[in-house]
Amino acid sequence: MVVGGGLGDRPRRCPGAGGDAGALDGCGLVADDEGLEGDPAVAAGRIYIRTERHLYSIAGNRPVARRATPRTDLPHDFNELAALYKARIGTGRGAGGMIGGLVANAIDPTIMDRLGRGRPAVLVTGTNGKSTTTRMLAAALRARHTVATNDGGDNMDAGIISALLAGKDASHIVLEVDELHVPAVADRLSPKALVLLNLTRDQLDRVGEINKIERALRGAVMAHPDMLVIANCDDVLMTSVAYDAPNVVWVAAGAGWTGDSVSCPRTGGHIVREGDDWWAMKKLPDGREFRRPSPTWTVTDDGLTSPDGGHTLSLQLPGRANRGNATQAIAAAVEAFDVPLDAAVEAAEGVDNVAGRYSTVRYGDRDVHLLLAKNPAGWQEALSMVDRSADGLVIAVNGQVADGEDLSWLWDVRFEDFDDLSVKAAGERGTDLAVRLVYADIDHEHIPDPVKAIEACPPGRIEVLANYTAFRDLKKDLQKALNKEAENRG
Amino acid sequence: MADQLTIGLVLPDVLGTYGDDGNALVLRQRARMRGFEAEILPIKLGDAVPEDLDVYCLGGGEDTAQILAAEHLIADGGLTRAAWAGRPILGVCAGLQVLGESFRAGGRVIDGLGLIDATTVSLQTRAIGEITSTPTRAGLTADLTEPLTGFENHLGATLLGPGAEPLGRVTRGIGNCDVAASADVSDGTRQRFAEGAVQGSVIATYMHGPVLARNPQLADLLLARAMGVALGELEPLEIAVVDKLRLERLK
Repeated sequence: MVVGGGLGDRPRRCPGAGGDAGALDGCGLVADDEGLEGDPAVAAGRIYIRTERHLYSIAGNRPVARRATPRTDLPHDFNELAALYKARIGTGRGAGGMIGGLVANAIDPTIMDRLGRGRPAVLVTGTNGKSTTTRMLAAALRARHTVATNDGGDNMDAGIISALLAGKDASHIVLEVDELHVPAVADRLSPKALVLLNLTRDQLDRVGEINKIERALRGAVMAHPDMLVIANCDDVLMTSVAYDAPNVVWVAAGAGWTGDSVSCPRTGGHIVREGDDWWAMKKLPDGREFRRPSPTWTVTDDGLTSPDGGHTLSLQLPGRANRGNATQAIAAAVEAFDVPLDAAVEAAEGVDNVAGRYSTVRYGDRDVHLLLAKNPAGWQEALSMVDRSADGLVIAVNGQVADGEDLSWLWDVRFEDFDDLSVKAAGERGTDLAVRLVYADIDHEHIPDPVKAIEACPPGRIEVLANYTAFRDLKKDLQKALNKEAENRG
Repeated sequence: MADQLTIGLVLPDVLGTYGDDGNALVLRQRARMRGFEAEILPIKLGDAVPEDLDVYCLGGGEDTAQILAAEHLIADGGLTRAAWAGRPILGVCAGLQVLGESFRAGGRVIDGLGLIDATTVSLQTRAIGEITSTPTRAGLTADLTEPLTGFENHLGATLLGPGAEPLGRVTRGIGNCDVAASADVSDGTRQRFAEGAVQGSVIATYMHGPVLARNPQLADLLLARAMGVALGELEPLEIAVVDKLRLERLK
């Protein structure tokens, strides 16, 4: 199961690495002529990794040996392995890096422990904001230390291993970790600190998992009593995760979306809200009250307050959610790693583009400002970031498996008036969006192809909001269109 | 005909996590497009449910939320009195289960409001995906002619008693129950292909989407009932993109 996460969560295809002999033969797509038809896990089109004798297919995030047991005669020293990946597959980072990590883990399941040993680590998890917070926290630690980090967004075992491989000489480790991978990663790395951002349901057809995630994270917190937990007390579920932790720093980082936490995850009792405060109607089984703890760090309108006083915050990233992310990153850097507050703030302010999620692309006579939103909470936040003074707004929605095939969530998002902004509904499920806008009484035009929708906007600044595959495909298509333009000119 | 329509959105704070609040928005907008005044009244957990609203919508929710909803609605009694008075009620997913005799949540059997002769147990595996059905035209839904479309996502297997009729016969998807749940009942075939329920003034379904956004005829049926007119008396609304959505989802 994939929960939350950024662009880098899912296994990606990497180019074939040639057919020369060697311990690692390469990776690529399983072709029809592999003679493996009928093997459901190695269906044509899947990613595979071939070693000299064996073929691994990657189902989800796990390599499955399909021909025999993994070979044992490969080098066990990770320096040698790292060199091997570098030579055969790529740099050990980014798209190819994840595959490298998969191979490493398949061949040596203890590699993560060995790579992490003795280095202070901090993990960042939650549904929204992992990549941003990780970048800010890594930047803050760099003020004093060297850092290994997976800021490309690959936040499961493979991505973590490749980040550790790539940064094997760094003194500190800053990792964003997929929610359900936190217990295992914490057991292997014994992190010094854990940052808990927020828990909200991802796509609708994966709902029902949030309470499971809350329990898994709570287990990880209880298994590591020495770990400092930096938790968002505005998030009911994350508060429950950290409620019994012996060492916890509470941060009021804001709750953008409360629809998922109407009941206490521990008792099922109703959660009552009053201003910033909230509490559960039912007491916990041990008789304690479950109520919003008092924060020592708080996001304010123009900055943050810390135990040592206030500080302004002028981020390059837009939106209130990013101010919350920054405050949690800064709190973690200061409280767990003794980074001076000024240095941590400055580092957070320096972070701009996160894995291409806020990028601006020049396209003809338009500046296209791209925003990725993955779930209702993300959409609500992204809508609040839309610049009402722009010249056009394109909203692109797909409904592929990675997006969630149920588009009902569109009705959980409050679409408000966009003033005079020209609005286009686009994407493979643009019709669902258009119906939503009709009933919200918002003037719009339905143009399924997002590139054509951009072209139909007036020249100037165009805001584009898209969900996962719509965003990914649009970036690709825009690049293609730009290349073509350049060719025509050349 | 009422001058102003009041749409009761029942417990959006606990039964509002699957986009089903959209059903109330669709009803309001389709009334306004015809020149009627219409408002949505959200009724939150702990609030009394007024028994004199024109139409009521209940949506989906998770186990614990669903238990809270059932406990409150039974203790309050307003929704039950509205049903007795023949006021139209739409229940979706958890809303369907809560309106039935009993359902399972949190490992227990929980009493529902008993407005539908239905009990909900568990499917073998969660039903997730597109679903379509042909209306049975039972009772209140006699005038429905268009196929129904939605997205189902539930672990509940609902068995209908003799007092309730299915809303539709499943043509794609799972519907109320799977083979296992319907195996040892005498009318297994009827149960196996049943989707939703109709009883008195209550219409219930597992269809999200929201169901009224995808099925304008069903929306208008509820509106007509709320206004005390026949479906055919409502002025037709032509919304091209809604037709397009139906084409895409029903293909």
